[in-house]
Amino acid sequence: MTTSWKDIPVTKFLLGHYGYWFVFILMTLGFYGMVVKKNLVKKLIGMNIFQVAIIMFYLSSAGKWKATIPIVDPAIGTADTARYIDPLQHCLMLTAIVVGVATSGVAYALLITIYKRFGTLHEDELIERMKNDLDME
Amino acid sequence: MKAVNYAVLALFGAVLILGGLSLPDRGDPTAPLNRDKSAAGTPNAPSYYIRNPERDADTPNMVTVVLADYRGFDTMGEETVILTAGLICFLILRRERTKEKRR
Amino acid sequence: MMRRDDDAIISLVSRTVSPFIMIFALYVIFHGHYSPGGGFQGGTMLAAALILVRLAAGSDLSQLQFPRSWATPLGSAGVLIYWGTGFVSMLCGGNFLNYAFLPVSGPPPHHRNLGILFIEVGVGLAVMGILTAIYDDLLEGHPRD
Repeated sequence: MTTSWKDIPVTKFLLGHYGYWFVFILMTLGFYGMVVKKNLVKKLIGMNIFQVAIIMFYLSSAGKWKATIPIVDPAIGTADTARYIDPLQHCLMLTAIVVGVATSGVAYALLITIYKRFGTLHEDELIERMKNDLDME
Repeated sequence: MKAVNYAVLALFGAVLILGGLSLPDRGDPTAPLNRDKSAAGTPNAPSYYIRNPERDADTPNMVTVVLADYRGFDTMGEETVILTAGLICFLILRRERTKEKRR
Repeated sequence: MMRRDDDAIISLVSRTVSPFIMIFALYVIFHGHYSPGGGFQGGTMLAAALILVRLAAGSDLSQLQFPRSWATPLGSAGVLIYWGTGFVSMLCGGNFLNYAFLPVSGPPPHHRNLGILFIEVGVGLAVMGILTAIYDDLLEGHPRD
């Protein structure tokens, strides 16, 4: 056997890309929640799922084969950069997670104010009540 | 109305799949992201961030040095965003207590 | 969420575990140089320790541990520490946020080590204060017992 099963182009494509497909499925689920659902809280939960999918996509692009965590190991040294995974994506996503939590807090505060003002959180009824309200001319 | 929503969803899925076909393999050491020099001949940013934190800041953890030293402005901006979000929640929701105090 | 829980296991376990979570969060913040960790992770764990007692014992009793009015000033103090480090290095002759000009003794890599430590403490305080303040603001106006 001169060629192993890993050298067939289709297998190589599948092994290299299946990680992206999981992230794309999660992104589509989050987008489904944002676009199709009518309740405002469900739309916000869809936005959170979309955010998590984007963070996972960045982190999965940082990996390298047979590489270790991005802390300098005295036994390996720093000359060979293919032995450590990429630290830049992890740095960017650390702040993105906490900023996502804070932004969700602001969004839920706005939802509380909307509910106190109009009495509903369903999108179609909300538009009807906003049209009938005298202040919103 | 529902048909338009599902059509937008299908279009989004199709664009994602089309974009994913041209991505490099995950973990490939010869991808343009993981090389030592970028396409223009300049040193690649991730390889600089792997080689130099021990020398510059006496710290083994590369992620902390990139977050607080090489990209410190971005962290400052993000922290200000967190503070602003907290102050927005404070201003939107804490109105009723001052009204009750004034009575 | 606003009322306290009368179950014995939840009350006892949450009150016992919360200080240990806080100590581990301090370890994560200060050990960010040598192991995975740093300011954002430790700050979120500190906020989790405070919100745990707020969930289990009710909003009124948990004011004994961390009053509601301390949250936003602590958050602002954390951001002030971050910007203050930048201005101190500008006052001592360098650029903004250039840690090599901080007034401590030693070679410049040691200056950057200490500068990163100040930054991480500031970020941890800010994240803890703001996440607790957001939780308290979302419960504003609800009847409590």
